[in-house]
Amino acid sequence: MGVSRHSDAVSPVRKSGPFSIWLTRHASTSLGSLGKLVRQPFASLMIILVIAVTLALPAALGLVVKNARSISGSWDNALDFSVFLDMNVSVTEAEALARLFEQRADIESVQLVTADEALEELKASGGFSEALDQLPDNPLPNSLVVRPSGVNTGQTIKLLQEELATLPEVEFVRGDTDWVQRFHAILDLVRQAILIGAALLGAAIIVIIGNTIRLDIQNRREEIEVTKLIGASNAFVRRPFLWSGFWYGLFGGLLALLLVQTGLYLLRDPVARLSGLYQGGSSLLALGGRTSLAILGIGVLLGLVGSWVAAARHMRRIEPR
Amino acid sequence: MIQFENVTKRFPGGQEAISELSLSVDKGDMVFVTGHSGAGKSTLLRLIALIERPTSGQVIIDGQNLRRVRRRKIPAYRRQLGVVFQDHKLLYDRPVFDNVALPLIIAGVSHRDAGKKVRAALDQVGLLQKERQRPETLSAGEQQRVGIARAIVTRPKLLIADEPTGNLDPDLSLEVMRIFRRFNEVGVTLLIASHDISLIEKLGCRRIELDQGKLVQPDGDPDAEDELWV
Repeated sequence: MGVSRHSDAVSPVRKSGPFSIWLTRHASTSLGSLGKLVRQPFASLMIILVIAVTLALPAALGLVVKNARSISGSWDNALDFSVFLDMNVSVTEAEALARLFEQRADIESVQLVTADEALEELKASGGFSEALDQLPDNPLPNSLVVRPSGVNTGQTIKLLQEELATLPEVEFVRGDTDWVQRFHAILDLVRQAILIGAALLGAAIIVIIGNTIRLDIQNRREEIEVTKLIGASNAFVRRPFLWSGFWYGLFGGLLALLLVQTGLYLLRDPVARLSGLYQGGSSLLALGGRTSLAILGIGVLLGLVGSWVAAARHMRRIEPR
Repeated sequence: MIQFENVTKRFPGGQEAISELSLSVDKGDMVFVTGHSGAGKSTLLRLIALIERPTSGQVIIDGQNLRRVRRRKIPAYRRQLGVVFQDHKLLYDRPVFDNVALPLIIAGVSHRDAGKKVRAALDQVGLLQKERQRPETLSAGEQQRVGIARAIVTRPKLLIADEPTGNLDPDLSLEVMRIFRRFNEVGVTLLIASHDISLIEKLGCRRIELDQGKLVQPDGDPDAEDELWV
């Protein structure tokens, strides 16, 4: 009898520790899922490409906005405004006032332009120096050129201007920063729009991966039924599909990075010219390490969520008949 | 080992596959369930494998009342059983070895231990040399033996089989039954649904006959010929 020499095996099945089982199972399942992807290269590539484009789009747009921001940030002098002092405020008093302003957190620097300097400048630039020579007195007041510090937004700059205008020494404040503020407002709007768009595209990725996994589950319906029949839990049956979602997300994210970097490479000349115009650094347009990791992470997360949703929905319904 | 107490299984249409059935099978028995198709043989086995739940009554397997086995615990319960199907239910995308190893993988047995157990199981059904082959390259009888190897690889105390010889010719059927008999000899309880009366009579095992979900013949013939196994 062939059986008798195996009768010792009637003793309970020896098992490894739970963690090492868990690890071994995941390692072999992940490789198995990867193998399935590789065995259908065309289908897998299509899905990965769709995910990559969907991830790359908001990433690239976000990069554009980030750079527009940093370019506009280099227009510091565009935010400067002039505080014209009363005619009877002396240069000494104006210097004292300038020192006072500079102590404020919302002001980065203050430059005093005395009435004489202003007149010289006007003569040099205007071309009506002769007419100005006719004047008995200098009609110009002392003024302060105020540069708001970086903590300011368009709103707080406006408030700062209004506050300074109420000082008794100040005649009036003139700052033409409206267009810069408008530009910032537009950038904020675009950024919000990209965030909303990215959320929608993220939902699209979940649907795409979910649908792919759903088809996969249907194709392997029989296999799932059989494994459940011989005692596989839902978790066991679900595991390979979750790993498929993981791989789709990871490769989609990697390809998205490649797409964005390729785009940057193709744009490098115009960007260099542009950053030259704005005295910006050449490191202007670049995908940071953290952003890259975030794109990969989001890809993986969406892949897992998509496959989880599909697996949870369809796996329960497949019961042995 | 198997105990049915007034078990009724009524399907949504109102048709009763099993009605008020009570029976018991002792540990170490090898029992056949017979009856023409539609008599409730398959439903009986499906109730044991928890593919179906009874409408009323109790099923007690090895001391466990199946009513208390919750949905989440079904997989763990099924791992204690060996199940053989008429259509083998093998996975055709992987070799024989992987098919037989599947219950061990599900149970979390390490790969090294799994290899030994799989070969032992294949040895018992006489397919040790075919472990690298794909199931579709095997004959129907060999495929059924792979199915049996898969059912016994975890050394279950109870093995249930639904028409295991349904697709096999008489010689192959006898071969499969011999394999079952050998398991029975080392203490495995077997419940086999079959309509092959002549084969069963040759084996001389206890027989439970069902008709329209009811017991027809409470006991088999204890004095049947046993010369086949001498």
